[in-house]
Amino acid sequence: MKQSHFLAAIIIGSLFIYSCGSAPQPAAGGSEQATDTSMITGGGEEAGQPAAADDLKGTGKFTEVKLTHPLDKAMITAGKTTYDVKCAACHKLTGEKLVGPGWKGVTDRRKPEWIMNFVTNTDEMLDKDAAARAMMEECMVRMPNQHLSDDEARQVLEFMRSNDGKN
Amino acid sequence: MKNTLLLFGAAAVLVFTESCRMKSTATAVQGDAASKTYVAPGKYDEYYNFVSGGFNGQVSVYGLPSGRLLKVIPVFSVFPENGYGYSEETKAMLNTTQGEIPWDDQHHLELSQTNGEQDGRWLFANANNTPRVARIDLTTFKTVEILQLPNSGGNHSSPFITENTEYVVAGTRFSVPLGAEDAPISSFKENFRSTASFISVDKTSGNMKLAFQIILPGMNLDLSHAGKGVSHDWFFFSSYNTEQAYTLLEVNASQKDKDYIIAVNWKKAEEYAKAGKGKKVAADYAHNTFDEHKQAAASVIEKEVLLLDPKDCPDMVYMIPCPKSPHGCDLDPTGEYIVGSGKLAALIPVFSFSKMTSAIQQKQYEGNFYGIPILKYEAVLHGEVKKPGLGPLHTEFDGKGNAYTSMFLSSEVVKWRLKDLQVVDRVPTYYSVGHLMIPGGDTRKPWGKYLVAYNKITKDRFLPTGPELAQSAQLYDISGDKMQLVLDYPTLGEPHYGQACPASLIKEKQVKYYDINKNGNEFVTMGEKKAGVVRKGNRVDVYMTAIRSHLVPDNIEGVFVGDEVYFHVTNLEQDWDIPHGFAVKNNPNAELLIMPGETVTLKFTPEKQGIYPFYCTDFCSALHQEMSGYLRVSPKGSNVPVKFGTGETITGGSVAQK
Repeated sequence: MKQSHFLAAIIIGSLFIYSCGSAPQPAAGGSEQATDTSMITGGGEEAGQPAAADDLKGTGKFTEVKLTHPLDKAMITAGKTTYDVKCAACHKLTGEKLVGPGWKGVTDRRKPEWIMNFVTNTDEMLDKDAAARAMMEECMVRMPNQHLSDDEARQVLEFMRSNDGKN
Repeated sequence: MKNTLLLFGAAAVLVFTESCRMKSTATAVQGDAASKTYVAPGKYDEYYNFVSGGFNGQVSVYGLPSGRLLKVIPVFSVFPENGYGYSEETKAMLNTTQGEIPWDDQHHLELSQTNGEQDGRWLFANANNTPRVARIDLTTFKTVEILQLPNSGGNHSSPFITENTEYVVAGTRFSVPLGAEDAPISSFKENFRSTASFISVDKTSGNMKLAFQIILPGMNLDLSHAGKGVSHDWFFFSSYNTEQAYTLLEVNASQKDKDYIIAVNWKKAEEYAKAGKGKKVAADYAHNTFDEHKQAAASVIEKEVLLLDPKDCPDMVYMIPCPKSPHGCDLDPTGEYIVGSGKLAALIPVFSFSKMTSAIQQKQYEGNFYGIPILKYEAVLHGEVKKPGLGPLHTEFDGKGNAYTSMFLSSEVVKWRLKDLQVVDRVPTYYSVGHLMIPGGDTRKPWGKYLVAYNKITKDRFLPTGPELAQSAQLYDISGDKMQLVLDYPTLGEPHYGQACPASLIKEKQVKYYDINKNGNEFVTMGEKKAGVVRKGNRVDVYMTAIRSHLVPDNIEGVFVGDEVYFHVTNLEQDWDIPHGFAVKNNPNAELLIMPGETVTLKFTPEKQGIYPFYCTDFCSALHQEMSGYLRVSPKGSNVPVKFGTGETITGGSVAQK
C-alpha cells in the first residue's frame, strides 16, 4: 500500500512537471522609458524652488548673452518675421495681456539670458523656473514650445529690445 | 484504499493527457504568460507590428509584445477621423481612372529591405479590389503614394518586394482581358490573361513606376515572394485555377492534382525590357503622389505600359508543379527552399532552388503550359512535410532552421525543421488561422522571438458584441523549443498579412512637427497678420490660423448660400503632438486634423442661410472649449459686406494680406 501510494504520487508529480508548464522567463517589453515631461505640471507643493540669484538667468544653454549697441537692424527685421509667425498669436507688443503677457518692458523685467532660455528651453523652464511658473499660473496656458533656433531666439530678443526703445 | 489510490492516479493521467492534447482555453496558457507581454506604463514595446486592415482598407499599427493599438494609417479608404480623402490636399490620393474610389480591400504588407533585411524606410500595401499599390512613409506614418495597375483584376499577390526593394510586384488573382477589349466570359481561355507587374522603386525618393508587366496564361495568381541570397534574381508566384474555370470555382478550380508555382527570373525580365523585347501598349492608370513640401497630393493619369510575353523572352518563366491549389509561396532565409502550401493537400511540398536551376539546365520538363516549360515535380522537390495538419496556408521562418506553417482547417500552427522536414511542435489557434507572422520572418534576418497568428474566426474569444465580432490575433513566444501562447487580442478590420520590425529601426526618425517656415502649401497663412478672407466670384478662400486657443479669423460675414468656401487652416504650433481639429456645422463630410506647422483645407458649400459655428475638435488646452467661431451665411444676393477677424481685429474689406 505504501508503495502504490508512492507510485501514484510520482505519476501525478511527473505529469505536473511534464505537462504544459514552462520555466519562468524574464519579463517582456522594451527597456526604454518615455521621457517627455513637457505636459506634466507639478502640483503647488512640489513647484517652484525658491529663486536663487542665478535663477534670474533661467535654465538652459544661455549663461552669458552679450548685448551690442547700437541695435542690429538685420536682427530686428528677422526677429519681427519670427514674431509674426510664431509669437504674435499670443503676445501683443504693448503691455496688454492677450493669451500671454504683452511684450512692452519685457527686457526690463527679465535678463536677456532668461528670455533666450525661456524661448528655446520652454518645457524645462515651465517645469522648474519660479518666474515662468508664476506666469503660467496667471495666464492658465502653458506657453507652446515653438522650437525657435538659437539664432531666431537672439533675433527675437533684439526685436524685443527695439520694441522697448533700447539702443 | 490501494485500489482507490491507483484509480485516482490513473484518472489524473487521463485528465492531464487529455488537457494537454486538447488545449482548451483554460489550459492553453501556461506559466508566466502575463509577464511576457506586460509592458509597464511608460515603457515601450519592442516591435512595431504593421497589420493589414482587410476590408477596412487601412493599416493598423500595434506594439509587440503588448498587442496595444498604436495607430490606424489611412491608405485606401477615406478616414473622416483626420480628413484623409476629404481634405482638398488628400482627395487626389484616392483618384483612379474611374474617379475617386474611397474604399478598398487591403491584404498584404511588406517593409522595404536592403540586402534582404528590413531597413525601416517604407511600408508597401496592396489594394485587392481596384488594383493599386501604396507606399507609406515611416517617418510620418502617412500614405505618400498610390499607383493604380492596368491589365489587372484582384491584385492579390502583392506588394512583395525584391531584396533591395528594386521592385514591388503585383499579380492578378482574377485574370481579365488585356486592354479595353469586350469579350464574352466564356472565352476565358482565349482572351483572359493573368499578369505579373513589376513596379520599380527609386532608391532615394521611393517613387514607384510600373516598369513592365509579364503576360501569363489565364489562371489565378495567389501569393508570391521574392528569392533571396542564392535565388536573388527570381520571384515566385503561387497559382490556382489552372483549370481555367470561370464559374463555380469552388468545384471547377479544384479538379487538378497539381497547379503551379511560377518562377520568374526578374533579372532576365529586366534585361529583356531594356533590350526592347517588350511591347509598349496604351493603358490608362492613375499615379497619385503626396508632396510633403506642398503638403498636397497630385494625381497623374499614366498612358502606357510595357508588356513582356514569355514567348518572346526565353528562360524568363518556368512552372513548378505544386499540389492542390497552393496558397502561400514562401522562401526560407537562405533563399534555397521554396515552400508551397497546397491548401487542399495533406502535405507541404518544399522545393529546392539549386535543384530547380539544375532541372532547368538539364531541361527536365514534363510538358508546357501555353508554351511555358513545366519542370518535373520530383526534379525540383527537396521533400514533403508529411501529415503536417489540415489546410496549410502560409509559412514564416525563425532564422534558426525552423519553419512555421498556419493550418486553417485544423486551426493550428505547426513548427517543422527545414533540414529533415520533421514536425517538431504544434499549437492550436483560436480559431482558423489565416496568415501568421514572425518579425522579419520573410526576410534574410528573422527576429525569431514572437509569432502572431491572425485568425479568421473569433466566436467566443472576447466579450460578445452582437453578430459582428472583431478578429482575433494570438501572440506566441517561440524563443524556446515549444511554442507558447502568451496573448490573445482583438484586431481591426480583417487582418491578412502583417509585418513587424524592431522599434529601433523606426522610432528615432519620427517627424514630430512640420517646420512652419518650410510650409510650402499654396494656401498657408504665415502668422495671424496674414489671416483673412478673399472672395473671387462665388469662391471664398478663408486663410485661417490655429494656435492654443483661438482661430483667426473667428468671425466671418459676407458669405452667401451657394458659395464655395475653402477653409485653409494653418496650425501655427511648433510642438509635438499638438494638432488642432476643425469642423463646421452641417458640413456634409468630415473634419480636418491639422498637424503642427501644417496647412489643410476643408471645402464647404452652405446650402441654407444661417449662423454656422465652427470649432477645434482636438482637445488642445485648458481653453480648448473657447477655441471656436462663427460663420454667417446670408441669402444669395443680399447686401452683406465681407467682414472678418478675431477680437479687436474684426474689420471689413475683402482683401487678405496674402
